[in-house]
Amino acid sequence: MAMLEVNNLKTHFKTQDGTVKSVDGVSFSLEPGETLGIVGESGSGKSVTALSIMQLNPKPPVEYPEGEILFEGQDLLKTSDAKMQKIRGNDIAMIFQDPMTSLNPVFTVGNQIREAIRIHQDVSKDEARKRTVQVLRDVGIANPEQRAGEYPHQYSGGMRQRAMIAMGLACNPKVLIADEPTTALDVTIQAQILELMVGLQEKYGTAIVMITHDLGVVAQIADKVMVMYGGRAVEKGTTEEVFYDPLMPYSWSLLRSLPRLDTAGEVRLLPIKGSPPSLIFLPKGCNFNPRCPFVKDECHEIDPVLEEKKPAHSAACILSVEELEQNKHRVDEQLGVEG
Amino acid sequence: MVDQRRDMGPRAQPSPFEVAEVGGEHYGKVRGRTQREIIWKRFKRHRLALVGGAILLLLYLAALATPVIAPYNFAEIDYTSFNQSPSLDHPMGTDRLGRDELTRVLYGGRISLALGLAVGVFSTVIGATFGIIAGYYSKVVDVLTMGFVDFMLTLPYIPLLLVMGSIFQFTAVTITIAMIILLWPRMARLVRGQVLVVRDQEYVQAAKAVGVSDVKIMLRHILPNVVGVMVVEATLIVALAILFESAISFLGLGIQPPTPSWGNLLTDARSNMIEQWWLTWFPGLMIVITALCVNFLGDGLRDALDPKAVE
Amino acid sequence: MFAYIVRKLLFSVVVLFMASVVFFVLVSLSGDPLLNLKQNPRIQQSDIERLTAEYGLDQPLPIQYGIWVGDMLHGDFGTSFEQSTSVNSIIARRIWPTVLLMGSSLIFTVAVAIPFGIYSAIKKYSALDNAGTFFSFVGYSMPTFWLGLILQLVLGVYLSSWAGVRIFYISGMTGSGGLIDLLQHLALPLITLSVISVAEFSRFQRSAMLDVLSSDYLRTARAKGLSRRVVYLKHALRNALLPTVTVVALSMGAIFGGAILTETVFAWPGLGFLLADSLFKGDYNVARALLMISAALIVFFNLVADIAYSLVDPRVSFD
Repeated sequence: MAMLEVNNLKTHFKTQDGTVKSVDGVSFSLEPGETLGIVGESGSGKSVTALSIMQLNPKPPVEYPEGEILFEGQDLLKTSDAKMQKIRGNDIAMIFQDPMTSLNPVFTVGNQIREAIRIHQDVSKDEARKRTVQVLRDVGIANPEQRAGEYPHQYSGGMRQRAMIAMGLACNPKVLIADEPTTALDVTIQAQILELMVGLQEKYGTAIVMITHDLGVVAQIADKVMVMYGGRAVEKGTTEEVFYDPLMPYSWSLLRSLPRLDTAGEVRLLPIKGSPPSLIFLPKGCNFNPRCPFVKDECHEIDPVLEEKKPAHSAACILSVEELEQNKHRVDEQLGVEG
Repeated sequence: MVDQRRDMGPRAQPSPFEVAEVGGEHYGKVRGRTQREIIWKRFKRHRLALVGGAILLLLYLAALATPVIAPYNFAEIDYTSFNQSPSLDHPMGTDRLGRDELTRVLYGGRISLALGLAVGVFSTVIGATFGIIAGYYSKVVDVLTMGFVDFMLTLPYIPLLLVMGSIFQFTAVTITIAMIILLWPRMARLVRGQVLVVRDQEYVQAAKAVGVSDVKIMLRHILPNVVGVMVVEATLIVALAILFESAISFLGLGIQPPTPSWGNLLTDARSNMIEQWWLTWFPGLMIVITALCVNFLGDGLRDALDPKAVE
Repeated sequence: MFAYIVRKLLFSVVVLFMASVVFFVLVSLSGDPLLNLKQNPRIQQSDIERLTAEYGLDQPLPIQYGIWVGDMLHGDFGTSFEQSTSVNSIIARRIWPTVLLMGSSLIFTVAVAIPFGIYSAIKKYSALDNAGTFFSFVGYSMPTFWLGLILQLVLGVYLSSWAGVRIFYISGMTGSGGLIDLLQHLALPLITLSVISVAEFSRFQRSAMLDVLSSDYLRTARAKGLSRRVVYLKHALRNALLPTVTVVALSMGAIFGGAILTETVFAWPGLGFLLADSLFKGDYNVARALLMISAALIVFFNLVADIAYSLVDPRVSFD
C-alpha cells in the first residue's frame, strides 16, 4: 500500500449550468520521497485534484460521488474536518501559485510561518521563532532573522515563493503539493526554486506532487508523470517513458508543440488546434477527439480507459502502440523531419 | 472596418457560434453569450432591482402625467373640507387649507423625481468628464483637478445647501444646479480611480502604440470600462439628491411653498402629526419608496455590470 | 511618516482657508443681518449706525473677511447679532449636546454595523443576511428627518399612550435630570441619527468581508491546518476591518449633516439645531462659525482617516 493512494477520484461541482466534472476518475499513487508531476492545460482538473486531497474544495458546490483518497490507509474523503486540520500543513502541505496573494499582507512572514508551526507542534514561542529562522535559512533567504519580521510586500517574487515553501515545510510534512509554484515567476527564478525544492526533498525526504502545465518543470524534477485532460488521467508513467515515447496523442501533441533546443530550426512546431473542452458538456467518446491529430471514427464512440501499454506506462487511447508509431512517423515525414 | 477585428479591447467578442465550432458537431451548438446578454441575464436575476425599476418607471410616468391625472389643482383651497382623513374624494386626505393631498403629493413628486434625475445625469456627465481627463492625462492635469475635487469633497453638503437656501430662495432649477455643483466631484473621484485601473491595461497601451488619438481612446476603450461604476454611482447620486432636497425643503430653506415638494409637505405636516397622520405618512413614504427603488436598481446594476462576479 | 503627516496637515490648512472664503462670501450674500432692526421703527438711526460700525459692516468685504479670519485665529468667533453675546459662548453652551449625540451614535453604529456586516458576509444569502440587506436598503433610503418624525409619533406618542407611561421623550435633552432621564431623551435622536450609518456601514463591511473571503491567503491559512474559526477571526477580520476604518472616519461629515436634521426635529439643543436656526434669523456670525466648525470637522476626520489607515495597513508607504 502506497503512502498516498488515489483511487478513481471523482470531484464534481454542481452549478447553475450543470454538473462540472472537474475530476472524473483519476488514480495515482505516491511513495515517500517520490516526485509525481501532474501535467495538463488549464481546466484539466489538476488543481482540483490537489484541492481534493487537501479537502479544500468549496463545500457547498463540491461533491465526491466516487473514489477514495487513501493517506496512510485513511480515506481522506471520509475524514472529518477536525481531523483534516491536523493533517493539513502537518502531514500533507500545499503551496500555491501566486505567492503575493497567497500570503496575508497584514502579518509578517515570520508570524505566518510560526503560526504553521505552533498549530501542530507544542513548542514554546521561542522554539517556534528559532525554527522559523532555520527554515527561512533552509530555503535560501539571506538574513533570515531580519526577514522574518518583514511583511510579504517587502519581499521579491522569488523570495515570497521561497517563504511559502518554508511555510509548507515548516512541520516537515510527508507530502508537499505544489500547485504551479513557478508559473508566476521569472524563468531564472523558476530554475532556482526548482533546484531548491529538489535539494529540500533530498534533505527532508518529502514526497512532492508537482502540478504544472510546464513540461520543462516536470522534466526537471519529476520521477513519474501523470498527464491529465478533461478531468481524466490520459497517460501515466515514468518521466523518461512519457517524454521519449508518449503513448497518448495528447501528450505527444503537447511535446511536439514545444520548442526544443536540440531540434531548433529543424522541426516544425505543431500547435494543438482548438481549445480544452467544457467540463459540463464533454464530447462523446474520447474527450480529445475534436483536437486529436490521429483521430479515427471509433474515437467518437469509444471512451478509452487508462490501460497499460508498456511496462509501468499506461495511456488512455484506443490506438495500439504500433498504430501510434505509424501515425507519428507519418506526421514527421510530412514535415520532412527524422522521427 | 479593418479595425473592428484587430481591436483588442474587451468589447471585441467572437460570434456566439464560433465557440461551438471548435467542438464540431460533437458538442452540439452551445451558444456563447455577448456581453450585453450576460449583463441583462445577470440583472434579471435581481428581482428587487427589477421591481424597483418597474416602480420607478411607474412613478416617472405618473410624474409626467400629473397635470392630466391629478384630481385637483395643488393650490386649490377648499374651506369646507380641511383636515380630512383619506376618503374616496381625497385618497390621501386634505391639509389644513383643504388642499387635496394626493394632488400635492403628485406635484411634489414631479419636482423631486425630475430633480433627482437631472442631478444624476448632469453630475455624472460633468464628473465623468473630469474624472476621465484627470485619470487619463495624469501628472499636472490630474493633480490640479483632483486637488479641486478634494477641496469640493470636504465641503459639508447639508450645511452648504442650507446656507445657499438662505441666500436666495431656491427654485427647483436653482436647487438642482446647487446640488449638481456639490455632487459632481463624487463622480469625478470615482471615475478617475477607475480610469487609473483601466489605463494601464494592455489594450490601451496597444491602442496608443498604434497611434489612436487620445479622444478616441478615452471614448472607445476607457469609457466602456468605467460605465459600470458610473452607473452605480449615478443611482446613488439620484437617491441622495432626492433625500437632500426633501431635507432642505423640510427645514424651509429649499423649495418654497406654494410649490409643493415632498419635503415642504412634511413641514406643514409637522404641526399636526398626531391627528392628521396622513400628512406625515404619505409624502414621507413616497420619498422612501422612491429612494429605495433607485437604490435597488443601482444594486442590481452593480451586480450585473461587475466583471468580477462569479456565476 | 512625519513628512507625510505634515504634508497632509498643510493641505488641510489650505482647504480650510479656501472653505472659509467660500463660507464668508456665501453667508454675506444671504442678507443684511441688521434688516430686522432697520425695519423696526423704534430703533434709532444713530443706533443702527453705531451697530454698523461696531460690527464692521460698513467695511468692504475683503476687510471684513480679514477681520473675521484674524479673530478666528485668536479663537474669537465674533458676536452674535441675534443675542448680542459672543458666539463663542453660544457655541460653548451647545457643543456638548452635539458631541454627546454624535459620539454615542458613532459608538452605537460601529458596535452594531460591523459585527452584522461580517456575519452577513460569512453567512451569505442566509435568511438573516437577506433580511439585513433589505433593512439596510430601507435605512439607507430613509430621509433622516422623516424617520425622526415617525419615531416621535410611534415610539414617542403612541407607545407612551399605549403603555400608560412616558418611555421615550420626543424633544429636548433634559427633563427632570439624571441619567435615565437623559437616556430617555437621547434614545430616539440616537436611533434616528444612527439608522442611515448602520445601514451604510454594515453593507460596506459585508462587501469588504466578502472581498477578503475570496482571497488566496485564506486558502493558504486553511491549507496550514487552521480551523475555519481562526481563519475568519484572525486572518480575514484584520484585512476586512481596514477599509472600514477609512469609511467611518470619512462619513463624519455626513453624520453631522444628519445631526442638523435630527437636532431640529427633536429640538435637541446642539450645534446642528443652532445652524438651521441662525440661518433663519440671519445671525451671520454664528452661521459662519458653525460652517467653519463643520468644515474643520470634515477636514480633521479626513486626516484621521488617512493617518489611521497608514498605521494599520503595513503596505502603505509614506511617499
